[in-house]
Amino acid sequence: MIRVDQLSLRVGSFALSGVTFEVPDGGYAVLMGATGSGKTCLVEAICGLRPILDGRIEVGNRRVERLDPADRGIGYVPQDGALFPAMTVREQVELPLRVRKVQRAEVRARAGQVAEMLGIEAIMSRTPRGLSGGERQRVALARAMVFQPGVICLDEPFSALDEPTRLGMYDMIESLRRRTGLTALHVTHSSDEAQRLGDIVLRLEHGHVNSRPKISPNDTSLT
Amino acid sequence: MTARTGTRRVSQRLFLGASAAVMGAYAALLLAMLAAMILYTSPAALVQTFQSREIRHAAALSLVTSTIAAIVSLWVAVPTGYLLARFRFPGKRLLDLLFDIPILLPPLVVGIALLIMFRTIPGRWFEGSVFLVTYETPAIILAQFTVACAFAVRTMRVTFEGIDPRMEDVARTLGCSRGSAFFHVTLREARPGVIAAGTLAWARALGEFGPVLVFAGTTRMKTEVLPTSVFLEWNLGEIEGALAVSILLVLIAVVVLGATRLLGLPRGGL
Repeated sequence: MIRVDQLSLRVGSFALSGVTFEVPDGGYAVLMGATGSGKTCLVEAICGLRPILDGRIEVGNRRVERLDPADRGIGYVPQDGALFPAMTVREQVELPLRVRKVQRAEVRARAGQVAEMLGIEAIMSRTPRGLSGGERQRVALARAMVFQPGVICLDEPFSALDEPTRLGMYDMIESLRRRTGLTALHVTHSSDEAQRLGDIVLRLEHGHVNSRPKISPNDTSLT
Repeated sequence: MTARTGTRRVSQRLFLGASAAVMGAYAALLLAMLAAMILYTSPAALVQTFQSREIRHAAALSLVTSTIAAIVSLWVAVPTGYLLARFRFPGKRLLDLLFDIPILLPPLVVGIALLIMFRTIPGRWFEGSVFLVTYETPAIILAQFTVACAFAVRTMRVTFEGIDPRMEDVARTLGCSRGSAFFHVTLREARPGVIAAGTLAWARALGEFGPVLVFAGTTRMKTEVLPTSVFLEWNLGEIEGALAVSILLVLIAVVVLGATRLLGLPRGGL
């Protein structure tokens, strides 16, 4: 579960205030809003990468707004994946476990499990150079999921993918939800993506978040 | 083929041709210098130089001191370059300018400044209570380090500026502290830059002459390094000897830099 209560932040002249929403355990929330509405700022603040002025952030009934990003238990998938160019896929996926001093055998086993779930076993020894857009996002997702965080935040993860790859990624997310009970906050511009994946739609407008029922397939107001 | 396409091809060829000509002219200058040095020196003078106990000592001392100076430069340049590249803080511009001083100053002035520094009360206290520096081996290392480190700092700053800070942000969400994100992710990405900074610092230290001459002196079998050997031989009128030592210096530099490139860098790097 993730609960954000009366969160305020300021970046230069841009501000968000009184942002409040909740995503229950196993829920999949999509966060929509026009370009420049502050979606990425909000997600970065939740992940601990931006300071907040005020408010509460809870992940699994634990307040995290004063914790380091490392201690929040939130997996983060940025827009382009932000894979580490000098590391192999295996090294990237194993990194969150290695920094947590997990035993080597368990590191291998858990990284293998996640790789199998996301279909990246065949590319584990490769570096990000030369991976396709879809492969890169799968690796970024594997890396964010391997330490079993309470919540995953995805910032427009599929915006740069072509149509068939994007549809494949939707299938994969749905499969992950069935297998792991994933709780997620997913930023997107796409009404189709929101329609297909989200069971909660959050709309960021004028510095506030409004929760509303799932949008209809014909709604294009936010694209 | 339209006339416009033809003109574009000609201008493209002109551009590439002019670039190649400039590159070729510089390479030719360097090759001509090396050829002149080799042709002016007889094999007998080379053998005699390589067999000289004093020159062998100077070569060994050059290798050891420049390697130590390069390692210490990296230890300083990596955190300094990182802080300059990543953070804003009061006095940053001033500090940036300060780190350029060893590059801007004539090398001889660096040596004089170091010499005077050890004539001040703290300098004298250090030499009296800790260890002797002036005209001793530590003076060679300090003189080499002072100049070489400025080049290493500049290289590391540019390297870190070229690495996306979001990598560290992502690493921190994955469980890394700021420090472990730096060591696990950023420093690994910076590896070609670290090697470039290390080799630049080492090469600069190996060839350092002015500050070493003033601050460490040129005592044979004690503080004589290869650049000062060249100076000594030249002063004695031994032009062939000076050239033979220079060739030795070039050979050492080529072997060490060549090996570093082969071992440490991806193809086409540095």
